[in-house]
This record gives sequence, C-alpha cells and structure tokens, in this order.
Amino acid sequence: MSTPYAKLPAWADYGLIPLINLAVAFIVAGFVVMLVGENPFRAAVILVEGAFGKGTGIAFTLFYATTFIFTGLSVAVAAHCSLFNIGTEGQAYIGGLGIALVCLSLDSVLPWWAIFPIAIVAAAAFGALWGLIPAYLQAKRGSHIVITTIMFNFIAASVMVYLLVGALKPAGSQAPQTRNFLAGAELPKLNWIIELFGAKIRSAPLNICFLLALVMAFLVWLLIWRTRLGYEMRTYGHSPKAARYAGISETRIIITAMMISGALAGMMALNPVMGDQHNVAIDFVSGAGYVGIAVALMGRLHPVGIVLAAILFGMLYQGGAELAFEMPAISRDMIVIIQGLVILFAGALEHMFRPYIQALFASVSPKSVGMQAVKGKGA
Amino acid sequence: MAQAAIELIGINKSFGAVRANRDINLEVARGTIHGIVGENGAGKSTLMSILYGFYQADSGEIHVGGKPVSINTSNDAIALGIGMVHQHFMLVDNFTVLENIILGAENDVLLKSSIAKARSELDRLEREYGLEVDPDAVIEELPVGLQQRVEILKALYRGAEILILDEPTGVLTPAEADHLFRILKQLKEQGKTIVLITHKLREIMAITDTVSVMRQGTMVATRMTKETTVGELAELMVGRRVLLRVEKGQSEAGAVKLSVKNLTVKDSRGVTMVDNVSFDVRGGEIVGIAGVAGNGQSELLEAISGIRHAVSGEVMLDGKPIDLTGKADPGELRDRGLAHVPEDRHHVGLVLAFEENENSILGYHDDERYLKGPFLDVDAIMADAKDKIEKYDIRPGNPRLKTANFSGGNQQKIVLAREMEQDPGVLIVGQPTRGVDVGAIEFIHKRLIAMRDQGKAVLVVSVELDEIRSLSDRILVMFAGRVVGERGPDATEGELGLLMAGVEHQEAAE
Ligand SMILES: Nc1ncnc2c1ncn2[C@@H]1O[C@H](COP(=O)(O)OP(=O)(O)OP(=O)(O)O)[C@@H](O)[C@H]1O
Ligand SMILES: [Mg+2]
Repeated sequence: MSTPYAKLPAWADYGLIPLINLAVAFIVAGFVVMLVGENPFRAAVILVEGAFGKGTGIAFTLFYATTFIFTGLSVAVAAHCSLFNIGTEGQAYIGGLGIALVCLSLDSVLPWWAIFPIAIVAAAAFGALWGLIPAYLQAKRGSHIVITTIMFNFIAASVMVYLLVGALKPAGSQAPQTRNFLAGAELPKLNWIIELFGAKIRSAPLNICFLLALVMAFLVWLLIWRTRLGYEMRTYGHSPKAARYAGISETRIIITAMMISGALAGMMALNPVMGDQHNVAIDFVSGAGYVGIAVALMGRLHPVGIVLAAILFGMLYQGGAELAFEMPAISRDMIVIIQGLVILFAGALEHMFRPYIQALFASVSPKSVGMQAVKGKGA
Repeated sequence: MAQAAIELIGINKSFGAVRANRDINLEVARGTIHGIVGENGAGKSTLMSILYGFYQADSGEIHVGGKPVSINTSNDAIALGIGMVHQHFMLVDNFTVLENIILGAENDVLLKSSIAKARSELDRLEREYGLEVDPDAVIEELPVGLQQRVEILKALYRGAEILILDEPTGVLTPAEADHLFRILKQLKEQGKTIVLITHKLREIMAITDTVSVMRQGTMVATRMTKETTVGELAELMVGRRVLLRVEKGQSEAGAVKLSVKNLTVKDSRGVTMVDNVSFDVRGGEIVGIAGVAGNGQSELLEAISGIRHAVSGEVMLDGKPIDLTGKADPGELRDRGLAHVPEDRHHVGLVLAFEENENSILGYHDDERYLKGPFLDVDAIMADAKDKIEKYDIRPGNPRLKTANFSGGNQQKIVLAREMEQDPGVLIVGQPTRGVDVGAIEFIHKRLIAMRDQGKAVLVVSVELDEIRSLSDRILVMFAGRVVGERGPDATEGELGLLMAGVEHQEAAE
C-alpha cells in the first residue's frame, strides 16, 4: 500500500467523475448564459441539436473532432513519457508547411491517393522536426520542454507568416495564403457515410482524415501498451531512475517521444488543409493544439478516452457556432468561455470532486473503495 | 495499563478477491508497546492503514480511548492523536526537513511565522528525544535512516499520543535501531502508546510488552512478550518451523569474476563517498559488505553497476573493464552477466505504477524472449511472470495486479525473481531482505546460497549484521567510504560492530 487516497471503482473513475465535471461545467456555463439574458435550457438544446441534430451538424462535429484527435494523441504520447508538450500548436502549423510543399509541387501531376501518403509523411516529418529541437534542448541542455515548446509556437507562427506573405503567396494575391490546390490535392469527403443513415448533408468538410485519426488512435494504443518503445517511454515517464537502471537512454527516449508527438501534431494539418480549405492560410491551426491538451487530459491519456473527448470538443465547436448564430446575445467569445469552462472543470480541476465522491463511496459502500481495477489501462 | 488506548473489533477488509483482513480483534493497552508480526501480505499494513484512515474497513468498529470513533481520513486519525510512520516514507523529496514537518500543519497563511515556530518546536523535540536532523537538509540528500527520523518527528510534531510504526527498523543499522528503541521506551514512559510492526523477532522480544501474530489476514494469537519465544512466534506466523539461520556448506571459490581496484566515487557536491576501495569477488563465493548505512555502500553498488560516475579506479567484470563514466549502458552489463538488485526498490528497482508482469521484465525488456519484433510478446511475458510468481511464491499470484498493491516483501521478491532468474554470472544485491518476513528471508537466503553453489559470484550489501554473517564467505566492513577490514564468516558481532563504528584494525582484532 502506498496510495494516500482510497481508490474508486473503475466505472466511477472513468465514467462518473468525468460526467460530474462536465455537468458542473455546463451548469456554470448556464449561469453565464443567464447573465446575458438568454434561456440556458434553450441554449443547451440549440447546442446539442446544432452538433448532432442534422447530418450536416454531425459531419462538422466529426470534422472538428478529427483535428482534436490528432492533437490530443500528440499531447498524450509525450505525457506518457512525462513530457508536457505545449508545442502541438506550432508543430501542427509547421506540419502544414510540409503539406503545402508537397501539394503545391505535385497537385498537377498526381491523383489524391498518391499525394495523400506523401503528404502524410511530409506533415509528420515537419511536425517531428519541430518537436525534435525542444527535445534535444531538454535532453542535452536541460532547457525545460514547457518553455521551449511555447517559444517554438511563436517561432512557428513567425516563420509561417514570413512564408505566407512571401515565398508561398501567389504573385499578385492579397491574401496571406498559398494558392488553392488543384483537385489532385483534395481529399475525398466522408459525408456519404452519414447519408447512409438517412441524414441529409448540404456541404460539410468531413473527410477521410477522420479514418486516419482513428487508425492513429489505434496505433498510439499499440505503441504505448504493446511495443518495447512504449514500455520504455512509460518507464521513463513514471520513474527516470528506474529507466536509468533499466538501461533506457534518457536522451534517446525524450527525443523519440517528442518526435512521435510532433509527428502526430503535424498530421493534424492534413484535416483542415487537404480536407477542407485546400490551401494553407495564416493561423489555420487556430488553437487546436491547446485544445489537444484538454482533450488528452480529459481522455486520461488513453486513445479511447481521447477520441471521446475530441468528439465532445467537436460538439462544443460545432454546436457553439450554431448557438452564436441562433442567439445573437451570445457572441463567439461566449462560446470560447463555455469551452474554457469545460477545459477548466474537466482538465485543470479534474480532481476537484474526487475527495467528496470518495467520501461518499466510503460511507455508502465502503467495500467498493479500495477495490483496485485489476485491468490495466492498456487492456 | 488497564485502559485500552485502541480497540479494533471485527475488522474486515477485502481488495477485490484478496481478503486482507478478516474479523480482526485487537486491543492495545495505554502506555504499552504492542508488537504485530506476520508474513508478507498478512495484512498488517492494511490493518494499520484502516486505523490511520487511509482505508475504510468493510465492517467492524474502532474505539479510541474507550469511545467508538469513525476514522475516514488521516486528518481524523491525527485529530484523535494517532500518528503513523510509514513503511514507505511519505516525504516530499525536494523539500527540506523543516518544510516536510510543517507540511499540512501550516497554521498561518504566511509561512514565515509558522516556520520560525516550527523551528524552535522541532529543536525542542530533537533535543528531548535525541533525534538529531539538520532542519535545513533536503530530504533526497539524506540517508534513509535520517529520513525516518523526520517521519517520527513529523508525527510527534502533530501531537501524536498513539504512534504506529510500520517496519521502522527495516532501514536502520543495529546501532540506529537501538537508538530508536531508546526513543520508543522514553515515549512509552511518558504515557504514549506504541504499535510496532516488524519482521525482526529479536526486536519484538527486546522492546514490546505484548505481541500479536497475523497470518493470511487473520489474527492468530496474542501473547505477553515475556511468555513467548522467537521460535514460537516464527512458527505461529508461518505455520511451520522456520530455519532462522540457513545451513550452508564450505564455499569453493573459483576464478575472480568481479574485481574492484582503487575505486573512488564522489557525490554531486564533491564529497568523497567511496574512497580508494579494492576487492575481488570470485565465482562460488558470497562477499558481504557490512557497515552502517550511509558509509558509501550505496554509491559503491551504483558505481559497479554502471549507473554512477566514478572519479577514478577500475572495475573488471570477467576480466573486462566496466565503463565508469556513469554513462555505461546497464543493458550491456546485463548482457555480460551482471545482475543488480538495487537497494531502493521503489524508485529504482520497480515502477510501482506498472503491473507486476511489466516489472518482471524491467531491464530485460529488450530480450528477444519478451519481444516479437518491436512488439512486446504479451503472452510470453505473462507466462514468464506466472512462472516467477510460482517459483518465488509471490503473493497474491496475479501478474495483472499493480505493483504498488503488493506488500513490501512481495515487491522485493518480484525484483529478486527477475534478477536471479536471468541466471547471471555476477549478482550484486543491495539489502536483500529489507522488509521481508522470516519465512521469505529463509527462502531468499537459500536462493542466494544456491547461486553461490552454482559457481556465481555474489556481492551482498546489507546493514543487517545477522544477514551478513549468515550469508557471507568473506565479510568486508565499510566505514566512511573505505574498507576498514576483512573478516571470515565466523567473525563475532562485537568485532564487526567495532569495525563498523570506525575503530581501527588492530584494536578491533584484539
Ligand atoms: N490497494 C490494494 N489493492 C489490492 N490489494 C492490496 C492493496 N493493498 C494491499 N493489498 C493486498 O492485501 C494483502 C495485505 O497487504 P499488506 O500490505 O497489509 O501486508 P503486510 O502484512 O503489511 O505485508 P508486508 O510485511 O510485506 O509489508 C496483500 O495480499 C496485498 O497484496
Ligand atoms: Mg506492510
């Protein structure tokens, strides 16, 4: 025994507590809605209907979720190695540069299915490179990864602005973005899947990156719990001393974990760039990297949890947009507040209600407390 | 004497299928020292954790000072005057002693005034009980023995009337343990009540008034200490007769397998921890290194196993040098047949958050047996873990259980099983039986001797003189970083004790 707190049964740990956190976030958000003089219940209905009510809404929700799955996985992989990668934002942005280079040079000669794999590799490589530098500085120089990755977000932003108003901008254009890709660099939509269920879709950006994201979630699970590398990352993540004893090189493991994390972040860019916009525009990541932190935390660093949390955030994005549209008193900024509340309660204050719930369990059914989930996370 | 300080009635506690405590009744009289003994996993720590509010019993009652109480958190326990010194310390590693002591007892928003108050109070406690510790030392830089003093001070600082000590001497030298016992006796004279969990039956005989024996979750007996014997207690615990000293034949030392020459190691502050140490270990012999904790043994082990930088000297494994820059690859040393059971199983030898099977491959995780290409061969790992669980009688026998949930002794068996089953040529072991019950000590000692008899070179570092004397073919004594003497297995305890205290060679020999 060495845990200072009694344990909760797994279903409470993974189901009840996130639900309570979420409920509290929505209740507080409800008060905010009331403050601006709108009916919080109607707002909730609009939000949920906007996200799941119609085929188009579902497609948009899943489109946003795709982005968040990538960034959530990115944060989680680093976190398993006890590295806090705040640089997902910048890594995704630079990943977009890799995609731009591939698409701009090949879209007139190759079909999408030939460009797509090349673009995946380029996005991953560029993102990995952007994760490599802070990792190297941490491993060799001891510069803290949190600080360096934040700084690299700014550097990425500056580099991209420089390129998008310069070399990558078509001559004569006023907009800070690349030219639009030709059909060869447009990814197929997945809207037909939703239409199979009878829903109607006007136009929505859901594309095959969603499937890629699910595949990556599975591969991350495999990596973390079923490969030697994942084992080494987790060992280092739990105890650097034990890793040293086990012959795991600190430098190698930090760099590898951060490159994988960066690669996943870079791949996020595929979704908006090749799946939706068909160009690389300034600030196209727009905070998805930071949302990834919340998604990873809420999903308990497990791919299944991350996919679910990403869908929740996709819903907030899509439903939130509908809400801002339907209720003029609720501005876009208020939606950001609601999202912030979810992040606050589900991520940062994740353990706030735990002691009370434990006390409750202890008094209602002492037997359940202390029961250990014998199954590991990876099972 | 008459009134019970604590009374536990009908306590039950299960963890899933494991019934850690069944129907336990226990009465501890005020102003006495009450011992609890039992095998690893018998449920001693669980019972005390219930008393201290870490766990809640499934059923049963707790009375403190004659009144029924409900203890749901450790704050409830502290409020009732119950203090606990844990088997595994609960200190913040990078805080100072003083900061650790006031942690959770800060009675002011501004730390400054509470720190000043705490400092003078701590000073008083230190003087009153002879528990000297530098209040400004950082915990992670203190040897384990001193860390424990901090734990005791912490409980006293919170005004504990009832003090629970869970294997307090597991990490102490005999001299330090004697010191602790003087403190405990003094506390008892002042009317405090003490519950002492230990695996060392000699300690039970020396200091307790009454003793209770647990076996597999039940309380099997309670005796007046005066009316029982070590043999009877051991038998009650294990349910069979136990050899308190393992028989071993003459050693047949072969070729030198591990050779250490003029090794010098400094710590991060530049203090010399190991000072020009030289010795050989031959195949077929057990060399024991005795010494008071903190005299360089830990650093010596780490340097030999390649995870600590040595400033000068040479270590040869089977005639070939080991990289002493501190950058050696422990994996490569394992391949060369060096296995290492580290002293600190919680931070170094195990990853407590891992499942048992995952720990049973730590350090050997790149071995082909456990891999299929880049993937872990889960079936092979499981089968291997089950095999070790059976051979080493690790309980509970569930390879999917989180390692932190095994009792201390069983955790040690997980490490030993992993390292011994690799069939290494050289085995170095730090504190082989720290926190391990009599039955398991017998088992581990038998294993170590069996390794010796197979011609392996075994280096054992232990602060337990008994252990060193019963295992070793040759005994080296370390003091202040140097090897101050070498003796045969028949050296007396007194003789070794003097060497350990730094008394010079000739005097000790006389
Ligand atoms: N949190 C937990 N979850 C599951 N099982 C547990 C937990 N804590 C303890 N156990 C199990 O309960 C039993 C009793 O453990 P406990 O730590 O009380 O033993 P102990 O008598 O203190 O042993 P030791 O002498 O080795 O310290 C063991 O089988 C242990 O594995
Ligand atoms: Mg215990």
